[in-house]
Amino acid sequence: MSLNLTDVKRIAHLARIEVSEGELPGYLQQLTSILGLVEEMQAVDTTGIAPMAHAQDLMLRLRDDVVTETDRRAAFQAVAPQVEAGLYLVPKVIE
Amino acid sequence: MINASLKELAGLLAAKKVSSVELTQTFLQRIAQLNPSLNAFISVNADKSLAQAQAADALIAAGKNGPLTGIPVAQKDIFCAEGWLSTCGSKMLHNFVAPYDAHVIEQFNRAGAVNLGKTNMDEFAMGSSNETSYFGQVKNPWDVGAVPGGSSGGSAAAVAARLAPAATGTDTGGSIRQPAALTGITGIKPTYGVVSRYGMIAFASSLDQGGPMAKSAEDCALLLSAMAGFDPRDSTSLDRPAEDYARDLDKPLAGLRIGLPREFFAEGMADDVRAAVDAALAEYRRAGAVTVEVSLPNSGLSVPAYYVIAPAEASSNLSRFDGVRYGHRAPDYADLFDMYCKSRAQGFGAEVKRRILIGTYVLSHGYYDAYYLQAQKIRRLIAEDFAQAFRHCDIIMGPTAPGVAFAVGAKSDDPVAMYLSDIYTIAVNLAGLPGMSIPCGFGAGGLPVGLQLIGNYFDEARMLNVAHRYQQATDWHQRMPEELI
Repeated sequence: MSLNLTDVKRIAHLARIEVSEGELPGYLQQLTSILGLVEEMQAVDTTGIAPMAHAQDLMLRLRDDVVTETDRRAAFQAVAPQVEAGLYLVPKVIE
Repeated sequence: MINASLKELAGLLAAKKVSSVELTQTFLQRIAQLNPSLNAFISVNADKSLAQAQAADALIAAGKNGPLTGIPVAQKDIFCAEGWLSTCGSKMLHNFVAPYDAHVIEQFNRAGAVNLGKTNMDEFAMGSSNETSYFGQVKNPWDVGAVPGGSSGGSAAAVAARLAPAATGTDTGGSIRQPAALTGITGIKPTYGVVSRYGMIAFASSLDQGGPMAKSAEDCALLLSAMAGFDPRDSTSLDRPAEDYARDLDKPLAGLRIGLPREFFAEGMADDVRAAVDAALAEYRRAGAVTVEVSLPNSGLSVPAYYVIAPAEASSNLSRFDGVRYGHRAPDYADLFDMYCKSRAQGFGAEVKRRILIGTYVLSHGYYDAYYLQAQKIRRLIAEDFAQAFRHCDIIMGPTAPGVAFAVGAKSDDPVAMYLSDIYTIAVNLAGLPGMSIPCGFGAGGLPVGLQLIGNYFDEARMLNVAHRYQQATDWHQRMPEELI
């Protein structure tokens, strides 16, 4: 699987990270190099092997359906870039 | 006092030979003196630390002290601590004062310990040299031209230079063990699920584990007992009975079967590392242990599999950093989408961006099966290799890192070369097993060498015992750089 500049642009778009035209070749080279490292595992035959998400094959715990959180909005919004009337302010999204 | 064990410090505090305030001030003074050249700490707050020390002294006076009451502990800046700047080594969080405590911080608070300050780290825990921090690189106290390892480089340097009697770290691919090895200290990453990840800023959720870093296994056992424990707020936290990890420290080693994976002793290990590790194994045989060759045939795939899984999980975890609710927001933007893209481009460093991009790619439509799913299957093969090996041995040993601490800048231009620093540690995280590093000698340039111990699931008490007995027979763990005494 070899990448090209269009791939890098597309991935950056998906990742919501701005990458300038000048930065694209550098990223292409580094990402290609990392994918080269990763290629080694492509050749391995893993037919019949179940993927492992983590060690203990845990089941997600359930809890009682009761309210346990307290209102900490003021504390959490104290570190926000822009808030007003308890709401986070962001640029308007125009449909 | 700076070389005293945690048990000795607790004794001095209980006997009122020193107060927690005095002890904390001793370390704060050392930090003021030596941190400018080592850059091990990002944040220090003497007022907050001393307020905790005073509270600890009151507990001691009332006879309500436990083993960690009044003991200063440095906290890796990946742990949210209420009222403290919690940056994760990143510009993205350079202004983030945490509004809550991580579970680990709560545990230390409950134990009456003192938060000595927040230690430097590779940005978002991504790195093996502590060169990617927004707050500058950390220097190895043994040689300021060399790296301390990463990502818990600040915690490692702090303990090695005796700026703190103990510290916390986190380990996703080796980030406790490798810096412990490169700075000559002891660190342990417990079995996945033992230490709660609540409030521990997430990198790769199926791999991340917090753990202690200190001068000895005995100290780490005390710290791990305080850090571990079920937390319902972490969905992967294991509900198991509380353990005293120091309970088996003094058990004799006779009959212990040490597995040596042939893949860990092949080429790739520097001669000086090999010599120190061989000498350590000889010491273990003298104590009555036997060594047996084992094999981890798929371990060569651990670095490729990790560099699919960890970036994939990181790309998901770091999507929360969008400039909306906290952290860096770009000063100028055209619209919401532009705000996201600019905030993230500005807030993240190069290595973090690389890993987010790789992660985004391997999870994207058309590539998920070829990369992510394949890596998860390889992960099972690696875990099964260990299960098979543990049928023939009680504990596995080998080098922690392929070489001693490398020079600052030596690998920072080649991401893949840097990734290979974790060649012996990564498989342990993939399998979710506990892993430890202890100092076992010195190599080229007088730089420390670490011995890695890998245990079966939940075997931390035995690993700490195996490490402790070695530390009773040797004194590598007591060495410190002479110029810093």
